[in-house]
Amino acid sequence: MSVGREVVFNQNGQIVSFEESHLYNRNVQQWIYNAAERGIYDIRGLGAKRRVPHFDDLTFLTASLTRYPLEGYREKCSTKTILGTRYAKKPIELDIPITFAGMSFGSLSANVKEALGRAATAMGTSTTTGDGGMTEEERQSSKTLVYQCLPSRYGFNPDHLRKADAIEVVVGQGAKPGGGGMLLGQKISERVAKMRTLPPGIDQRSACRHPDWTGSDDLTIKIEELREITDWEIPIYVKFGATRVKDDVKLAVKAGADVVVVDGMQGGTAATQDVFIEHAGIPTLAAITQAVEALEEMDVKGKVQLIISGGIRTGADVAKALALGADAVSIGQGAMFALGCNSPVWYDKNGKPISAVKDYEKLGTKPGFCHHMQSGKCPVGITTQDPDLEQRMQPEWGARRLRNYLQVLNFELTTMARACGKSDVHHLEREDLVALTVEAAAMAKIPLAGTNWIPGSSGL
Amino acid sequence: MEQTVRGGKLMWDLRERSVRELNYYLHHNAVKNGITEVQIFNPDGAHHIAVGLDAPIKVDILGNAGYFVGGMNKQAHITVHGNVGWSVAENIMSGVVRVKGYASECAGASGHGGLLVIEKDASSRCGISMKGNDIVVGGSVGHFSAFMAQAGHLVVCGNAGDGLGDSLYEAVIYVRGEIRSLGADAQEEPMAEDDYKTLAALLEKAGFKHHPEDFKRIASAKKLYHWNAEHYQEY
Repeated sequence: MSVGREVVFNQNGQIVSFEESHLYNRNVQQWIYNAAERGIYDIRGLGAKRRVPHFDDLTFLTASLTRYPLEGYREKCSTKTILGTRYAKKPIELDIPITFAGMSFGSLSANVKEALGRAATAMGTSTTTGDGGMTEEERQSSKTLVYQCLPSRYGFNPDHLRKADAIEVVVGQGAKPGGGGMLLGQKISERVAKMRTLPPGIDQRSACRHPDWTGSDDLTIKIEELREITDWEIPIYVKFGATRVKDDVKLAVKAGADVVVVDGMQGGTAATQDVFIEHAGIPTLAAITQAVEALEEMDVKGKVQLIISGGIRTGADVAKALALGADAVSIGQGAMFALGCNSPVWYDKNGKPISAVKDYEKLGTKPGFCHHMQSGKCPVGITTQDPDLEQRMQPEWGARRLRNYLQVLNFELTTMARACGKSDVHHLEREDLVALTVEAAAMAKIPLAGTNWIPGSSGL
Repeated sequence: MEQTVRGGKLMWDLRERSVRELNYYLHHNAVKNGITEVQIFNPDGAHHIAVGLDAPIKVDILGNAGYFVGGMNKQAHITVHGNVGWSVAENIMSGVVRVKGYASECAGASGHGGLLVIEKDASSRCGISMKGNDIVVGGSVGHFSAFMAQAGHLVVCGNAGDGLGDSLYEAVIYVRGEIRSLGADAQEEPMAEDDYKTLAALLEKAGFKHHPEDFKRIASAKKLYHWNAEHYQEY
């Protein structure tokens, strides 16, 4: 929060200067006023509002004399990505290393889930279920679908388990590591309620821990159970929010994960406490390095794949994540923005733009500033179960936008890889990067630009 | 792969053939080969026995089983002639799982349907997060049982430990013995005619001869159904 200063003229034309407190500036004051008035903390969607070190703090050392670049518009650069090679009889084969993260039906409309599936299929990648279980729309539209086994077990069904292409055991989420979810009652339609076995209209709490195992030793046995039921055919992912990443990766690997998914603190959510979003977990940038170190120390790098998520927005972010050692990335908030989240307009069936500004005003916000995923009144029809609002996002239209977005990310990724002299995006390496800030250099453990200094490294 | 088949009855010795082979057979070949009954010998506490079944077959496990026995069961009637480890009948969908002995933690966790009977005691977190299944325990249950239970019934013929029914939704608990303490938002309520009928049917299915009149009904006070400051909720 920044300290504000205002200069005004009084009635006598004299300059009067006001300076607010740093510790109790207007933002903090407003927060306290709200707390005192309502007696309840803020529950909201999206991710952290404050800046923490991120991929923007890194830059590529593309080819010049010491490296030989590939021709950007002529030479091929492979993006093929295989996940789950450790134990599964049928690993996942993707055309691009960018996947859609788990986002629940309930939080999102069925139209959005269908759009995600269609776009993923068109681009040869996977999409993921979420709290609330698997919808028919999603399964039918997704060639490759990852089925989440979440603590809440809302809508969890062995038939769906066997229809999945991979299973993701969700331990936690980057926006709320260690915390459960809260789907507020206004989003609980009849269909959502039925899938979750709860009455419509009540607030639905998602548990913060699984009901049938409580630690990594139990997780080992749980993973074996899932494998037994699916005849050891499909990969098992383990996903957690980034906190004690190194230890958690090691325990997930020990427990038998084929793929580890690490979600940094810039990850989003549909609804959780603001205090979690802003004050729990570590940045994605720091998490990748720790995760890769853990895999290397266990000598399973390449055998157990690593997916990174939490604030992946652009092809540059994807390329940097891969260079730091991820095998693939997962996007959630980026996909929602591609669909039109926070946009001032939505489009009718004829593609005509309709202003949503008044609907934002009803929520007390405006386009570009909305984080009201929890309200169920999404002005552009994405995070809603309202039958009228959800029609504002048609699956065909949404799928096209998502496909375009994925395509641009992939183009950016491959063009950057070629510029680094790579014919395969998975050949990007840490040596291709330097940091622009000391903090990023320390977290990512790569040199500060123009130096060979890695903060904290020995011998320097 | 099967060991011995006599008139639709399969005998399987887990000292000779693995759980993996057994489950594969039960998933893919049992119905195809006309198997209606399975006897499993020497389980020796192995995990994952008979998980993910989806056929109306009768399975008898002759000895103690480990974690997740009968997990995600559909249709099958599974009896363990011994004790079981954690999470017996986890996420059960339908059918019956019966334990003749004692059960460890998380029995019947997150089940969506079907019946789990434990003839002796169950440990803590019994019926945690249950979503429509019924659980009948002949003995006592440990602490935090039926935490966040959403639907279905937990019947405890013995005593219940601390924090029973914490954060309950629509599930109902019947307890015959003493309750050490109730969890947040759980309350004792008068038994109604429907409760007596439901309970009598469950006791009969489970094979217990207790009188429904001897049980107390525990259900949600519903003060946690909506998160708001005015209720001064415990959380």
